[in-house]
Amino acid sequence: MPKLTVNGIEVEVEAGATVLQACEEAGFEIPRFCYHDRLSIAGNCRMCLVDMERAPKPIASCAMPAADGMAIDTQSERVKKAREGVMEFLLANHPLDCPICDQGGECDLQDQAMAFGGDASRYTENKRAVDEKHMGPLIKTVMTRCIHCTRCVRFATEVAGVPDLGAIGRGETMEITTYLEKTLASELSANVIDLCPVGALTSQPYAFVSRPWELNKVESVDVMDAQGSNIRIDARGGQVLRVLPRLNEVVNEEWISDKARYAIDGLRRQRLDQPYLRGSDGRLHPASWPEALEALRAAIKKARPAGMGAVIGDQLDAESIFAVKTLMDKLGSPHLDCRQDGAKLDGKRRASYLFNSTIAGIDEADALLIIGSNPRLEAPVMNARIRRRWLNSDIKIAHIGPEMDLTYPSEWLGEEAELLAGIADGSHPFAQLLQQAERPMLILGSGALRRADGAAILGKARQIAEQTGMTGKGWNGFNVLHNAASRVAGLDIGAVPSKGGMAVAEMLSAARAGSLKLLWLLGADELDLAGLEKCFTVYQGHHGDAGAHAADLVLPAAAWTEKNGLYVNFEGRVQQGLRAVFPPGEAREDWAIIRALAELLGVNLGFDSLDELRQMLCASHPQFAELDEITPAKWGKFGSTARLKGGVVEAGLTEFYMSCAISRASQTMAACRKAAGQPDAAQAAE
Amino acid sequence: MLDDKDRIFTNIYGWGDAMLAGARSRGDWDNTAAILARGHDAIIEEVKASGLRGRGGAGFPTGLKWSFMPKEVGARPHYLVVNADESEPGTCKDRDILRHEPHKLLEGCVVAGFAMRAQAAYIYIRGEFVNEAKVLQAAIDEAYEAGLLGKDAAGSGWPFDIYLHRGAGAYICGEETALLESLEGRKGQPRLKPPFPAGVGLYGSPTTINNVESIAVAPTILRRGGSWFAGLGKENNTGTKLFCISGHVNNPCNVEEEMGIPLRELLEKHAGGVRGGWNNLLAVIPGGSSTPLITREVCATMTMDFDALKEAGTGLGTAGIIVMDKSTDIVRAISRISYFYKHESCGQCTPCREGTGWMFRMMDRMVRGEAEAHEIDTLWEVTKQVEGHTICALGDAAAWPIQGLIRHFRPELERRIAARAAVVRAAE
Repeated sequence: MPKLTVNGIEVEVEAGATVLQACEEAGFEIPRFCYHDRLSIAGNCRMCLVDMERAPKPIASCAMPAADGMAIDTQSERVKKAREGVMEFLLANHPLDCPICDQGGECDLQDQAMAFGGDASRYTENKRAVDEKHMGPLIKTVMTRCIHCTRCVRFATEVAGVPDLGAIGRGETMEITTYLEKTLASELSANVIDLCPVGALTSQPYAFVSRPWELNKVESVDVMDAQGSNIRIDARGGQVLRVLPRLNEVVNEEWISDKARYAIDGLRRQRLDQPYLRGSDGRLHPASWPEALEALRAAIKKARPAGMGAVIGDQLDAESIFAVKTLMDKLGSPHLDCRQDGAKLDGKRRASYLFNSTIAGIDEADALLIIGSNPRLEAPVMNARIRRRWLNSDIKIAHIGPEMDLTYPSEWLGEEAELLAGIADGSHPFAQLLQQAERPMLILGSGALRRADGAAILGKARQIAEQTGMTGKGWNGFNVLHNAASRVAGLDIGAVPSKGGMAVAEMLSAARAGSLKLLWLLGADELDLAGLEKCFTVYQGHHGDAGAHAADLVLPAAAWTEKNGLYVNFEGRVQQGLRAVFPPGEAREDWAIIRALAELLGVNLGFDSLDELRQMLCASHPQFAELDEITPAKWGKFGSTARLKGGVVEAGLTEFYMSCAISRASQTMAACRKAAGQPDAAQAAE
Repeated sequence: MLDDKDRIFTNIYGWGDAMLAGARSRGDWDNTAAILARGHDAIIEEVKASGLRGRGGAGFPTGLKWSFMPKEVGARPHYLVVNADESEPGTCKDRDILRHEPHKLLEGCVVAGFAMRAQAAYIYIRGEFVNEAKVLQAAIDEAYEAGLLGKDAAGSGWPFDIYLHRGAGAYICGEETALLESLEGRKGQPRLKPPFPAGVGLYGSPTTINNVESIAVAPTILRRGGSWFAGLGKENNTGTKLFCISGHVNNPCNVEEEMGIPLRELLEKHAGGVRGGWNNLLAVIPGGSSTPLITREVCATMTMDFDALKEAGTGLGTAGIIVMDKSTDIVRAISRISYFYKHESCGQCTPCREGTGWMFRMMDRMVRGEAEAHEIDTLWEVTKQVEGHTICALGDAAAWPIQGLIRHFRPELERRIAARAAVVRAAE
């Protein structure tokens, strides 16, 4: 623990800390452009120069390790001069186009020029102009503004793990480029926009849309995957204009995926803004809420509890799931399921469906087995954490499933399910690596769990965890990776078939056969809904996607940005999302629709407001009262001991950009898909 | 004046055979094993005693530098890297060593490498030195064949390998850490220090980077003794040195001389004097393009060593002496040097990337007088804003020549500006 003085104030910092960190500790702000907490140190902007006792020249505080007895001066005349000098150099070739620059108002260069720069420019020569670079549909480049801090290059190389960005040329003519004018092949690419301290890399879809001071900023949680990345929703006049990451060290640090950031234009397209009812002509006609709810009431009465089923979609908030569950229980229908993908998780034991090690636990793991999942597509931010672990340690990684590029080397063991048996009984070589590891970990994805023998796979995974010492004192390396933001909440609440109930696949075949009279889809679009003519299908959700197409009754609901709600991420962490805008047209929040329906049915659900609903939820499931916390789940028996069925294990997702109703409606996501060389959705459908 | 018997580079003009047979006849590789038998630390002590200061420009004591290497070889091997990326304008001493005395360098590698417990040396040679690289490679090959390199280098029992690596023609790769980056296959950009190469250098291993001349003189120092070397030259500036004299002299040449020789004597004895006589001298750049120039008055009493030149506000640098007589457009000359540094800046850090271009553009206008008188002060301040604020010394090197110009030739700059202003007024 080195002790040093900064401007006469003594501070003690952790070993390995830099002088810059020590200065911050002492309460002195050091200006910087290239330095970033989560990237390697470049030391190239020279803005952080400070005086060190006995040093002949000012030192770059970001790169100098703090040492015992150092005396640092951040307020000397020489430091002030050095900062003004560097600032003048940075501005020398920087265009004065702030009025037309999207970074304006949130620009490090503007702010620091005000705080540390001189008052006028002495540079009268011609300014440098740089050609724009193509970096794909998300990143707009104005390379003349680039100050060559190389944050973007370091992010791409270190965090994202795609060496697509670099600097070519030297001196004044040095340019940041993708070398071959290609799209940045990363699911995290747009984070470079946040990292860019100037307006060189800005948001393409958000170009010239708004100024930061015009926006209403609301804190929320991402639902595009199940990681629960913390986000800030920026809205203006009823429209969500952009999504930015919020700092949360244990969840997403300060990154979010491109889908979390840019699928939001899908919120403006294909929206359901009023109820629709299928008429005798076979077409959907606009209806009023009373008509729509009455139709549903009548259908429920006709179907009887045993003839109705409900499926929870992937992005539903916990309160609405609890409301549906309560209603179904009160009606006496056992057919409720939140596992749209058909994962064989019964929800009985919490440890069986959580990411038990937690995301932060990845930083301790020293061996990892991935089964039936592609974390790069299913939870890109979490995948970057695995990559960092690989960079900083000699963690052994292997995967069972299709061959894939995870941005770090992972030994491909094969795609046959039987491999699991070999690892469980210790005969497979990787089992020894897991056994030797101190903190072994496995990630079980929906590609494995949704197989017909998913329960057996779950059992085998448990056996592997137990055999290789994944569960023990203070460590649980058994991890399930969900793709649906609503899944853990659903399992926590028990939105699974109760005694005699049907799971999703059975409900669908019963509906096709006509034995299920009413199918209620709550934002469930990821199903094959063909041939449901014999069944009265109700779609409650926000987008005109697969569910609405198949529905006889459409109830317009709020998307996640339009309601307050709780979400539980795959770790079991309960987080709150706040409403940024109001739902469009006649659309209503899900819990309110359910409440209104209950009223019509004469069922008392016990709540009249979201607050009361939350209180009920917390009363019956106390973990929901612990916001942002994780309660470690108890280990025990789960899964089946049946034999594995053989065949190949797939990954949970094979498609990143369009994986839900919102992202399928997003033009930006379509453009990303095209840029990534995937056929567009319309072609794929043909 | 240096006696012939004290010359180290007896074939610097290439009059004899550069290859092994010739080198042996001049005493190279003579019982190298006996030198190594003295032990690692004894060699370093001897070099320390000789007072040898690095010949690459900075003048850091070579023995001291070697002693920074860890005393035990840890998990990572030690490396010696020889900087043969000689690109400083006005300097061409290493080139003659490489092509005419390659075995002095190779033997020096074995000796220095052994002293710092390295078993491999990388020689990073400037890309433009095509023939020099061929000669050096041939010398390496014959040294392997003769058993002077390899598993049992020169019969000493110490394994030693030498690898030749050709650069791609970037001045910045002569900066020691940029050289390491380039050697590792990356973009040639200087690294941040600390960590210093002696701790974390090539491939993350302890590394010492030395100039060709520093390494090439080491075997002779060890044969003849540190006290012999220390007896030459001046105190703290000992030994002999290759001086490269170019520009307006009657006989431009490379010459080995004692450190501390008076500049005037050096020019007149070896280079045939300044063109048109001493009084025709305008200025001298004493140590390669990056050192500030000195005027005739200063030159008259100047001795060529690190300390005297430093006192005069310039430096010995690489001892590349550029002589300019009164026919020289001094502003244009410095402007051209500015252009060189603008062109060679790696672009990594702000002051150098932006400052070299700015300085050159102002200098370019100064040549024609297209400036305001107060811009001379602006230019001075810009050089001060670059100097000392960069990652490596290239920023300093770009700033110093201009500072030297303003220090000594400010009236000339003002004259041009006034003349130009008069022309503009007349045209209006």
